[in-house]
Amino acid sequence: MSSSSQVTESWISSFCGLLGHEYFAEVSEDFIEDDFNLTGLQSQVPMYKEALEMILDVEPEEDEDEEDEEEEDDDDDELLGDERPTGYRRASDRRHLRMASDLSVIESSAELLYGLIHQRYITSRPGIQQMAEKYELQHFGTCPRVHCTSCKVLPVGLNDSPGHETVKLFCPSCLDVYTPPNSRFQTVDGAFFGTTFPSLFFMTFTDVDIGGSRSTSTGAADALLAIQQANAEAKTRNNTTPPNVTSVNGVAPHNLGPGLGPGNIYEPRIYGFRVSERARSGPRMKWLRMRPADVTELDETRRYWDEHGEDGERPDDEDMNMVDVAEGKGVSVERRKKMAGRRRRPNGLDVGGGSPMDTNEATGAVG
Amino acid sequence: MDDFNSESDSDYTSYWRDWFISSRGNEYFCEIDEEYLTDRFNLTGLNTEIQYYQHALDLVTDVFDFDCDDDMREAIEKSARHLYGLVHARYIVTTRGLAKMLEKFKKSDFGKCPRVICEAQPLLPMGQSDVPNTSPVKLYCARCEDLYNPKSSRHAVIDGAYFGTSFHNILFQVYPAMLPPKSQRRYEPRVFGFKVHAAAALGRWQADEREKMKDRLKDAKIETGFEEEDADEEEEELDDEDDGMEIGDGFANRAPAQA
Ligand SMILES: [Zn+2]
Ligand SMILES: [Zn+2]
Repeated sequence: MSSSSQVTESWISSFCGLLGHEYFAEVSEDFIEDDFNLTGLQSQVPMYKEALEMILDVEPEEDEDEEDEEEEDDDDDELLGDERPTGYRRASDRRHLRMASDLSVIESSAELLYGLIHQRYITSRPGIQQMAEKYELQHFGTCPRVHCTSCKVLPVGLNDSPGHETVKLFCPSCLDVYTPPNSRFQTVDGAFFGTTFPSLFFMTFTDVDIGGSRSTSTGAADALLAIQQANAEAKTRNNTTPPNVTSVNGVAPHNLGPGLGPGNIYEPRIYGFRVSERARSGPRMKWLRMRPADVTELDETRRYWDEHGEDGERPDDEDMNMVDVAEGKGVSVERRKKMAGRRRRPNGLDVGGGSPMDTNEATGAVG
Repeated sequence: MDDFNSESDSDYTSYWRDWFISSRGNEYFCEIDEEYLTDRFNLTGLNTEIQYYQHALDLVTDVFDFDCDDDMREAIEKSARHLYGLVHARYIVTTRGLAKMLEKFKKSDFGKCPRVICEAQPLLPMGQSDVPNTSPVKLYCARCEDLYNPKSSRHAVIDGAYFGTSFHNILFQVYPAMLPPKSQRRYEPRVFGFKVHAAAALGRWQADEREKMKDRLKDAKIETGFEEEDADEEEEELDDEDDGMEIGDGFANRAPAQA
């Protein structure tokens, strides 16, 4: 191979530069070269060795080591030909030249292999860090849901094995998944991102404020401000989480579905009157966007023992506590301390029952 | 266009309206009948709302013959579009308007719900306020009963008041057969196959709220409107087998058995 060939883009960066591949991180070669990271992929990808070489832009073997090469070329897919395929980078400069159809098999194998490695890479330390940078730059877009106020989303797969579903977007504000707005992503396999990535991301970066742009847009008219103010008031009125609680079930209260709960649930109206739940076309899906006013209610372990526990069986608070509170004011989140033996609220205070979400009241309802 | 062909009550081509609804970005609008536009009763109150009202109305109804400079023409053009929008909000809640919007809904002219579990349910345009210039148009999904932003920036700037707060709800009252079945399915965040505890706990709390609502409806002998409830329950049972372990706060947490 002559040294005059111009410096070409690596296979990886050219793959990530393709239209529709904007969600992909560039997997580092170090990661791919560590065999441990590729465990089990050989059986999932046809022409694995060739695909891996293509991804890494390496030539098959050290030059002129014919025998060695032959030994590995024991599968029938390796067709010899003297026709030099064009349009390929270094992989095309191999001595054992392949027919174009063969190359397209390798090319699609390389894409599959890269995708499967990518799924693993983005849950590794360097990979998740790289995705964090893309997240900050809003490379994955924002949630289409109005009440999520342009919260940044992350790619997700609904399946970890390829060939099932295309890539979706996970919104941490409403904890739901959406189809990417642009159809060019409808050819990208969701397995290349996997089911684990977005949740692991938010468990890793607990300091990320996922709320979205809660600030009122400039130039909004008074009426809209009034709506937003009313919503904001509804939120404050219904946020009864004790202010010293720093974590419930491992998540800071302000990061637990911030797009959900009072003020973030669509209330259907006709000429200003609420549509009653009892109407045939009345609301049935509010539960999907609900969140308790006091999120410590989601501490099921404590609730369970509060409701069923005899004093003798009740485990130590240290063992079962899923709620962390800050010890006094100005205590950093890092130094959060387990709350020991503190009683929160009496049992039976069920937010759902008499909450402002209840649409049973007949007043002003159209039915 | 279908809307145009159905315009049998008009014996001449509606140039301006035809141009307006076929312009790029105006896909959410239906064509308002000539008859409706020329009945002054339907325009009550709009004369004070719109600059150059009479000229604008003349333009919309193709009887404009006012000799003016380009700036003026442009101002009238702008008023005409605003007038069309405000009349549109009133028109689409009439029998004829609802029928036209229903046809557009069936063709998914307003787009499809981006929520995966809604399985491409067609959307309807809506406004969060009936007051003009308050907030841009949003899209309502009758399957998840939530609001979404239009994908295209061309649509994202249309005034929501041109569709109003009531239209989409009226449409389903008038055509209840168009109501999609609601789904109890939901996305469950997982890490390495384990449900994420915080999200799962919230999901169980929400499911309790849903069951309370269903009980209220059953007590009142009202249909709940959920699809394949039996299938859902079966699915949940299957799910329960791997249900015990959840991940969260850096360790797997065992949720207490539901009593
Ligand atoms: Zn969201
Ligand atoms: Zn939906």
